[in-house]
Amino acid sequence: MNLPRAWAIARKEFLHIYRDPRSLGLVILMPAILMLLFGYAVTLDVKKVRMTVLNYDGAQESLSFIYRFSGSPYFQLNGFIQDEKEVRRLIDEGTIKMALVLPNDFSQTVKSGKKAPVQVILDGSDSNTANIILSYVQAIARDYTQEKTFLKIERMGRKRPDPPLEGRTRIWFNEDLESKNYFIPGLVAVIISIIGVLLTGQVIVREWEKGSMELLISTPVRKSELIIGKLFPYFFLGLLDLILAVLMGRLVFDVPLRGSVGLLLLLSCIYMIVALAMGLTISAVAGTQLLANQMAMIIGFLPTFLLSGFTFVISNMPLWLQIITYGIAPRYYVSIVKEIFLKGSDFSFLWKETLVLIGMGLLGVMVATRSFKKELR
Amino acid sequence: MTYAVAVEDLVKTFDHFVAVDHIHFQVNRGEIFCFLGPNGAGKSTTIRMLCGLLMPTSGKGNVAGYDMVKEPERIKQVIGYMSQKFSLYDDLTVQENLHFFGGIYGLSGKRLREREEEALEKANLRELRNRMTRTLPVGWKQRLALACALLHQPEIVFLDEPTSGVDPISRRDFWRLIQEMVERGITVFVTTHYMDEAEYCHRLALIYRGKIIALGTPTELKMKTLSKGILEVSCDPLIPALEVLKKATWISEAAVFGDGLHLIGKEGVDLEQEVQTLLTTHPIHLKRMEWIRPSLEDVFVSLIEKENDR
Repeated sequence: MNLPRAWAIARKEFLHIYRDPRSLGLVILMPAILMLLFGYAVTLDVKKVRMTVLNYDGAQESLSFIYRFSGSPYFQLNGFIQDEKEVRRLIDEGTIKMALVLPNDFSQTVKSGKKAPVQVILDGSDSNTANIILSYVQAIARDYTQEKTFLKIERMGRKRPDPPLEGRTRIWFNEDLESKNYFIPGLVAVIISIIGVLLTGQVIVREWEKGSMELLISTPVRKSELIIGKLFPYFFLGLLDLILAVLMGRLVFDVPLRGSVGLLLLLSCIYMIVALAMGLTISAVAGTQLLANQMAMIIGFLPTFLLSGFTFVISNMPLWLQIITYGIAPRYYVSIVKEIFLKGSDFSFLWKETLVLIGMGLLGVMVATRSFKKELR
Repeated sequence: MTYAVAVEDLVKTFDHFVAVDHIHFQVNRGEIFCFLGPNGAGKSTTIRMLCGLLMPTSGKGNVAGYDMVKEPERIKQVIGYMSQKFSLYDDLTVQENLHFFGGIYGLSGKRLREREEEALEKANLRELRNRMTRTLPVGWKQRLALACALLHQPEIVFLDEPTSGVDPISRRDFWRLIQEMVERGITVFVTTHYMDEAEYCHRLALIYRGKIIALGTPTELKMKTLSKGILEVSCDPLIPALEVLKKATWISEAAVFGDGLHLIGKEGVDLEQEVQTLLTTHPIHLKRMEWIRPSLEDVFVSLIEKENDR
C-alpha cells in the first residue's frame, strides 16, 4: 500500500468531479432539493380539508354544527350549495374532499333530543386521506353529541355528569406529529445512498468504457490503492452532504436533533462505507455505465427509498417483505438516524444496528476488492 | 545480456477464436522491434499479454527479465505502455495528466516536477501545459501519451499503433521521438500497419492471423522473400495486360502498382524474355521494363498471398 499513489488517484477523481457539472450538481443541489421537497412539499399531515355544505335545514342548530367544522384548523369551508348534484361536480373537479349534508329537520330533531342523521360524502380516491378526514368528522360528531347530551341533562335540573373515561394523550419524540420530523432524518440516509451507490457506481466502469482503465492497469498501481483512492473523494463528498443535510434539517426545518452529533457522524461514516462498497462492486461488475446506473437504482437507491422505513413503516409490510428488509443496510441506518435525531438515543440503544452495519461494511469492502480484476476483460 | 522480450509458444484464445497462435520471437535490448500486420492479426493481443494486461492461454515468456505469467506486476514497473485507443483523461489538462501518471509510478515532490518539465520539453508541449487534453489535435495527444508512458524512465516501451489516425507530419515527428528514445537505450516494441513505418525499425515480425509469418530486418525480409526482385512493366492498355500475364504459367504474382505492373516470376524463369514474347502476341504496347528493389509492401503482399494459398 503506497499512500502517495492512492492520493494520486484520489486527486484525479476530485478533478473529474470538479470538471463534471452533472456530478457536481448531484452532489450539491440534490441534497438541497430533496430536503426542500420533503420538508415543504411532501407531507402526510391532513389539514385544511376543503369541504362544502348542503344545508336543507338552515336553522340556528344546523349553523352551530357547521361552525364546528369551519372553525377547526382541519377543515376549510368552501361555501354552501343548494343542489345535491353540485356535490358530484365539486368532487369530480377536485374542488372539495368532503361534503356535509344536513336534512331539513336537523335542528328540530336535535332539539327534541332524537337522533339526527347527517350525511358525509368523502372523496375516497386517496384512501389514506379519506380515513383521516373520517376520523376528524367522527371526533367532531362525538364532541357535539356529548355536548348536547350534557346540555339535556343540565336542563333536566341535574348536575353535569363526569364522563366515565377521558383519554389524555401525550405524544413523545414528534410532539406535533409533523411529517417533516419523520422524513428529514430518513432523508439523510437517502442522500448518502445516492452519493455512495449512484455516483460511486460509475467510477470504475467509466474508466473501462473510456479505455483509460487499460492504461491504468498497465501501471504498477495496486488494487487496494485504486479502490481507496477512488473511494476517498466520494467518502468526503458523502460527509459534506451529511453535514449539509443535518444543518438544513436543524436550521431550515427546525427538526430536533436530540442525540449526539458526534455519534451521528461516526455511525454515518460506517454506513457510508457500506454504501460506497456497494457502489464500487456495482461499478466493477457492470459492463457499461448505463447498466451500472440501473443496477445502482434498483439495488441501491430504491430499497433505501422504499424498504428502509424512510417512507413506509416496516411493521406494516407483509411478513416476507419485512424479512427482506433485514438484509438491506439502509434499514439499520434509517433507524439509527431517526433514533438519534428524535429520541436522542445513545450508543447503548444502537449497538446492535451498528454491529450489523460494521459487518456489512467489512463484507462489502471484501466483495468490492474481489470483484475488481486488474486484467482486461 | 538477456533479451528485452523473449517468448516461446505463446497462445491466446478467446472462446474458440485463436487470436495468437504459437508465436515465438526475441527482442534485443535497445532495438526498435515492430509487429506489422493487418487489423485483427493479433498485434494488440500480443502486446497486451507482454504488458501483463492479459494472461496467455499457454506458452511462456520473459519481459525485462521477469516471467510474464508469474510476475506481471514487476514487469509493469519497468515498462511503459501506450494503448491503441487514446486513453489519457480528456477532462484533465496536459500537466495534470503527466502529474497523475507520475504519481501512479511513485514519483513525487521535486523529482516528479523535474520529470514533468523534462517530458513537456521533449514532447514540445510546454506552452500547452494548461490546455484541456480533450482540445488537443490527435498528433499532440499521442505525443502526450508517449510522454506519460516515459515519465518513469522505463526500460521497454510498448506502443500499440501509436500513429493510427495521425497526419503524416505528426507521424514523422513521432518517429523522431522514438529514434531519440532508442538512442537513450530504451527498447521500443511497436505495432503498426503502415508499411513505411516498418522501414524505420531494426527488426520486424510480420503477423497474420495470429501467426508470425516472417521475421527479420527489413532488408533481410526483402532479400529472403523476393531475392530476384520485382519486374516493373509499363504497358498500354494496362488491365488487359494484367489479365494476360496472370494466366501465364511462369508468373507467380502480378499486380497493378501505380501506372505499371509488378511481376514476380517463378523459380528459374527468364521473366523479361517471357513477358516480351507474350505481350507481342497480344495488341499490347510494351513501353518499358525495369528490375526494381521490392518494397516492404511487396514483401508483405507476397507473403500473405502465399499464406492464403496454403
